[in-house]
Amino acid sequence: MNFTFSHRRLAGLLAIVPANEHSFMDEMANFNAPVGRSLKLKEVMGYDKHRIVDGPVCVSDLACFGLEHLFESGSLGRDDFDALLVVTESPDYFMPPTSNVIQGRLGLKHDLFCMDINQGCAGFLIGLIESFLLLEQPSVRKVVLINADVLSRKVSTKDRNSYPLIGDAASITILERSDDPAPIHANLKMDGTRCEALIIPAGGLRLPSSPETAVLEKDSEGNLRAKDNLRMDGTAVFNFVQVEVPPMIDELLAAAGTTAEAVEAFLFHQPNRFMLEKLADKMKVPYEKMPMNVVEHYGNSSGVTIPLAIVHNLSERIVKESILACLAGFGVGLTWSSMLLKLGPMDFCEMIEYK
Amino acid sequence: MNDLHAILTNIRPEFDFTTSEDFIGDGMLDSFDVVTLVSELDKCYGISIEGIDILPEHFQNIAALEKLLEKYGVKP
Repeated sequence: MNFTFSHRRLAGLLAIVPANEHSFMDEMANFNAPVGRSLKLKEVMGYDKHRIVDGPVCVSDLACFGLEHLFESGSLGRDDFDALLVVTESPDYFMPPTSNVIQGRLGLKHDLFCMDINQGCAGFLIGLIESFLLLEQPSVRKVVLINADVLSRKVSTKDRNSYPLIGDAASITILERSDDPAPIHANLKMDGTRCEALIIPAGGLRLPSSPETAVLEKDSEGNLRAKDNLRMDGTAVFNFVQVEVPPMIDELLAAAGTTAEAVEAFLFHQPNRFMLEKLADKMKVPYEKMPMNVVEHYGNSSGVTIPLAIVHNLSERIVKESILACLAGFGVGLTWSSMLLKLGPMDFCEMIEYK
Repeated sequence: MNDLHAILTNIRPEFDFTTSEDFIGDGMLDSFDVVTLVSELDKCYGISIEGIDILPEHFQNIAALEKLLEKYGVKP
């Protein structure tokens, strides 16, 4: 499915990461592998530091902390926005929506469109598309898009498949109309037949959590995880990304009538360094145009990795100038989406630590 | 390709890779070992094995690995 927008801009971006930092070197003993093999994996995948919430921190905690920062710094007025979107796979509750929880905690106006979207690694793209659609309504002046996840709370610490790379984080993106007629191209595909490649099997109504679902089970590679934990079929996800993403980017660039050479930054979801290097090689994109350093500094925070890639690598530049960027997200669903747009100049682009 | 045995043994020194025709089925390589192996082959032979070729059947035994490397111009 293709989308085209214009007269839209990302006015500001704030990333919120937990101050609590874990190290792969400290965690290696938890995994069913000798130190030498873990060290090789560290080098290839880029595992190093990752940010993990300390205690029972929820998505609304990170989001309210970030929004309060924007209100106090004057970057955003409490009544300046008319829609609040929250994209997360780890909501505070089944019900009510986390967006309503945030609205209530911050005492935001009643005349506010609050909506949760259950999406993960493609969640920044989904959130941008929804926000741009909302901005077609004259009554919506600005959209606050929150991407946030605290999935470390759902990952087994003894699962080498997932725990070394998981990260918790949130981002707040401010979207508004602009005078710029430059087209924004996007595309989106989904395949629910492969939905079990990334899944938390228990905890919903299909398989409610129970003492049985909390029992750690050993998989064929010696990882220990419960049905209450996130389960990733790493081989299936890797192949999905390598097969689906390059042609999706080709289609996006063709629709926009441009080439990869014209793109200044490929800001992709950050699952691990190896996967991104293989994508870059296939697409013949120089590594310096595709940041791959989010996992080693913060971990993989699903829908927040693209905002983190922007803030970590481009914040100084993006508040001063505009760059042609190709964004791509891919993961749970399975879902894959990309967008070509001019990023910047933004009013702010910064990162804060949640304590 | 004696190098292949050396690369494999460097990744999993506890196994003798001359005795198996199914490294993955016999538990000698897991999915992360395959990732490490691809990285080592890329470096050793100056190639980049494409992501779509990182399938278990290409890493099953020495013959499968040789066939994969030949695709990237590495001759036995």
